[in-house]
Amino acid sequence: MFSLIRSMWLVFLHMFHKRETYQYPEQKAPLPARWRGRIALTRDPDGGERCVGCYLCAAACPVDCIALQATEAPDGRRYPSFFRINFSRCIFCGFCEEACPTYAIQLLPDFEIAEYDRQNLVYEKEDLLINSQGKYPGYNYYKVAGMSISGKDKGEAAKEDQPVDVKSLLP
Amino acid sequence: MATIYIDNKPYEVKDGRNLLEVCLQLGIDLPYFCWHPALGSVGACRQCAIKSFKDENDTKGRLVMSCMEPVKDNIRISVNDKDAVHFREQVIGWLMTNHPHDCAVCDEGGACHLQDMTVMTGHSYRNYRFTKRTYRNQYLGPFLNHEMNRCIQCYRCVRFYKDYAGGKDLNVFAAHHHVYFGREKDGKLESEFSGNLAEVCPTGVFTDKTLQSHYTRKWDMDYAPSVCQGCSLGCNIVAGERYGSLRQITNRYNGEVNGYFLCDRGRYGYEFVNSVHRIREPAIRPHLNGTSSKEHIIRHVAAKLKEGKVIGIGSPRASLESNFALRQLVGEKHFYNGMSDADHDHTALALKILRDGPVPPAALHEVEKADMILILGEDVTNTAPMLALAVRQAVRQRPMQDAMREIHLSAWQDAAVREAMQEEKGPLFILNTFPTKLDELATRVQRDAPENLIRIAFQVSHSLDAAIPEVPDLGEVEQMLVNQITDALLAAQRPLIISGYGSGYDAFMKAAANISGALQKKGKQPMLNLTVPECNSLGLEMLGGHRLDSAFDVLLHGDAETVIVLENDLYRRADKHKIEAMFRYAKEVILIDHLYNQTAEKASVLLPAGTFAESDGTIVNNEGRAQRYYQVYVPKGSVQESWRWCLEIAQAAGIHRLNGLRHLDDIVWAMSIAVPALEPVQRLAPHADFRIAGQKIPREPHRYSGRTAIDANKNVSEPKPPDDPDTPFSFTMEGFRGEPPAPLIPFFWAPGWNSVQSINKFQSEIGGHLHGGDPGKRLLEGNRNGEITYFLEAPEAYVPIPGHVHIIPVYHIFGSEELSMHTPAIAQQAPDFFCIYMNPEDLHQWGITPGMWVNFELEGHAYVMAAMPNNWLPKGIAAINAGLPQSPVVDLPQFIRMGGDAVSDNIHSSTF
Repeated sequence: MFSLIRSMWLVFLHMFHKRETYQYPEQKAPLPARWRGRIALTRDPDGGERCVGCYLCAAACPVDCIALQATEAPDGRRYPSFFRINFSRCIFCGFCEEACPTYAIQLLPDFEIAEYDRQNLVYEKEDLLINSQGKYPGYNYYKVAGMSISGKDKGEAAKEDQPVDVKSLLP
Repeated sequence: MATIYIDNKPYEVKDGRNLLEVCLQLGIDLPYFCWHPALGSVGACRQCAIKSFKDENDTKGRLVMSCMEPVKDNIRISVNDKDAVHFREQVIGWLMTNHPHDCAVCDEGGACHLQDMTVMTGHSYRNYRFTKRTYRNQYLGPFLNHEMNRCIQCYRCVRFYKDYAGGKDLNVFAAHHHVYFGREKDGKLESEFSGNLAEVCPTGVFTDKTLQSHYTRKWDMDYAPSVCQGCSLGCNIVAGERYGSLRQITNRYNGEVNGYFLCDRGRYGYEFVNSVHRIREPAIRPHLNGTSSKEHIIRHVAAKLKEGKVIGIGSPRASLESNFALRQLVGEKHFYNGMSDADHDHTALALKILRDGPVPPAALHEVEKADMILILGEDVTNTAPMLALAVRQAVRQRPMQDAMREIHLSAWQDAAVREAMQEEKGPLFILNTFPTKLDELATRVQRDAPENLIRIAFQVSHSLDAAIPEVPDLGEVEQMLVNQITDALLAAQRPLIISGYGSGYDAFMKAAANISGALQKKGKQPMLNLTVPECNSLGLEMLGGHRLDSAFDVLLHGDAETVIVLENDLYRRADKHKIEAMFRYAKEVILIDHLYNQTAEKASVLLPAGTFAESDGTIVNNEGRAQRYYQVYVPKGSVQESWRWCLEIAQAAGIHRLNGLRHLDDIVWAMSIAVPALEPVQRLAPHADFRIAGQKIPREPHRYSGRTAIDANKNVSEPKPPDDPDTPFSFTMEGFRGEPPAPLIPFFWAPGWNSVQSINKFQSEIGGHLHGGDPGKRLLEGNRNGEITYFLEAPEAYVPIPGHVHIIPVYHIFGSEELSMHTPAIAQQAPDFFCIYMNPEDLHQWGITPGMWVNFELEGHAYVMAAMPNNWLPKGIAAINAGLPQSPVVDLPQFIRMGGDAVSDNIHSSTF
């Protein structure tokens, strides 16, 4: 008898507590920046595509839902000629983001990708590529890697000497 | 045998090896860079350090480089010693100080020996905080990329390129910490074996440029064991596919055949598979109401078959199974072998010599061990490139044996052996009209008209065995050469005679047979290697079939009306006018082929055949070794194996000869019954029902990616993966993950060994055979105890015929082979098709200005070609680049009559 009254009292008190329920979809839940949601391909600080088509995300993917084809632009930059993620298979584990050596692939705090037709969950590169650096502003892979591209010659990457003069025998 | 103790455990190992080889062979993972099983040890990289102890009481030990230490009985070493492990990690740390942090954009990534070794040593964090050395790259031609920043200075590239393959234009420049591996200036690497640098280089300095144009990581491809179709040697290859196109060819180790290397034609000649000229769907002409269905076309062909008067033309570039299926479809009496008459004569002679003669054919591996070589009328660098690489190793045999005996070295002590040998070379004699790339190694080179060279060769056989008649009127110089060759042959333990189709004169092969037979009679152990024109020429010859010439007659006389052509562009087999006449008489031409060529233009029915990458089949190489290649992927469209087309047609037409045959194993079974000589083909490889632990062997590596996304743009529901009823392979990543039997190794991979260096794990001995024996079965073993029959007729000495010029073929590694010419990188290196090379005196005599167009007549047809002077050609002999796609003259060798007006500036020939 006593416990019954106590329970009713506690329920009554809850009327004066702060509400934990969000009125979704009118009211959006605040998601942390590192929330693993929709996957995007980000860009360099200079606006170029960050993805170099190294296939590591595809290899890391436990459900094998990433397929791409690497290719090289005339300026020496590599990029994916197509990049496909099948979100109907994706488990949002974030392994692809961890594997990415160029911070190109990033999981965003956005989970609203429901579709009536499963086919619409297949995202192509134009659906994935965003005009932002995402979570890692300032990082530019080609400024670190030793490959030369137009606008960045050999020896101009971070911590690089000028190219060797192979005709010199000086120490 | 010797007993060695590794980490206090005793092992029985073979003497004469080094400790690195021994450790790898025992399955111990020991990192290394500069050592290569085919190149030996130089001790340059310091990566394979181990501890060596005086005796069991020695606890301190000393660090040694395992690749430089020979096996000694009771030696005590430690691989896992703390100091050794630490040393190895430090070494790789140093090697990595300048490595450019670009694995993501490096084509070697995922198949990189440097990555593997870095992981193996446990070096995971970079301690070096200063600036990195950088280099500028070079343009190295259409086959290889150059990215010098990635170099770790192991010297493997120059050791392979210069020391092993005899290249001249790759070198090491500069000094101390900025040595540079490259050419003197930008330009194409000239060696025919340059593509191997991509596999020899342990990191990504040299990478495959054709792969880059459709780049795929090693773990992402579908693989199947395959056999190169580029020439008659049948090198083993691994073919990789992704997204429906063939991406890469890599070497598949076979201890008997190609070992660790491939030539550039074999490595890069695969792009015809992805060509836009592929026939993808069946077609019928004239086509009336849109595209006809496959069933309709098969019914149409079957109806023609039932009408009778059908002949079949096979092909030396199609598999045994396909040729056999066609033979059964049309009946043995109506099967023609589809080789040009000259090729047929050569191949038939080669088969006769190798099958009935006393000397068994020599495998490439045996060629490398020959201590004296005589090359008769063959430019092997261009007709059978890997044979040239083997010859380059063989000329080292004699001086190497001497060096090893005198200063007690082992063959693997590469630098020391080369130092001891200096420029010494073993005996090599070359008799060829033209200079060849191997001339630089030769003891003596003789250049003359082919007839005269053959006479020298016959005289050599006469001096070995008097039963062969003497060649009369031989000059003094020639007789001296004969004596020199004879002495060298008699002094050698394992002399090798090489000849083949390349000269266009089959008497060279006869002379080779005589010499080897005479040597055999003398109790020597001679070897014989005869090249044949195409990848399955010898197999087709064993299968039989009439001459192509008689097919023309049959059509001409109306005895046949329908021709079924199998994977063959007849315009490459005989004179254009002849083929055109034949097509005029044929009411129906049914072509089963994969590329749209001139013959396809004339065909009334086209059936899309699978290339080597899309079909299963067996081909027989020039030593009579039957080898199986497997389908890599399921092609787009209605493409299927040629033999499957034949089976489907046979079923529709009710041909009892092919009744009940459905799969590869069935047809191989039927073939081995019909042609008993081909019986071993049945035992080539495990049959389709072969399973390991109840599982098939997967074509895809376990880390194959994108399975649920590749086709998701078409349909998000993944289709069922295709079945493979013909082979023990599956088209998926599911299946048995351990080591398959040697004929069924789709790709080389072992845990911790992602690069091609993982071959170590598949060999029963380093550089020896694969586990369970190398794949392939020899069909010809010679007739050792049979009576030796000699060819007795040597040709007359060469005399030019007035008013005539004799044209001989010149073969080129890039250009003379039909299919590889669909690779743009190869096509751009092909010679000109419109050139005719002539002796300058001849040009003068005919009043032709060098470089001008010249008219000539061939069997009543006029031709125009540009005359180029060539000093090597004797008077009255001209040469034409053979096998080029646009080449107007196909029948070679050939006599031509010079046109009345030799020089003409109006070109109105039908050939252009």
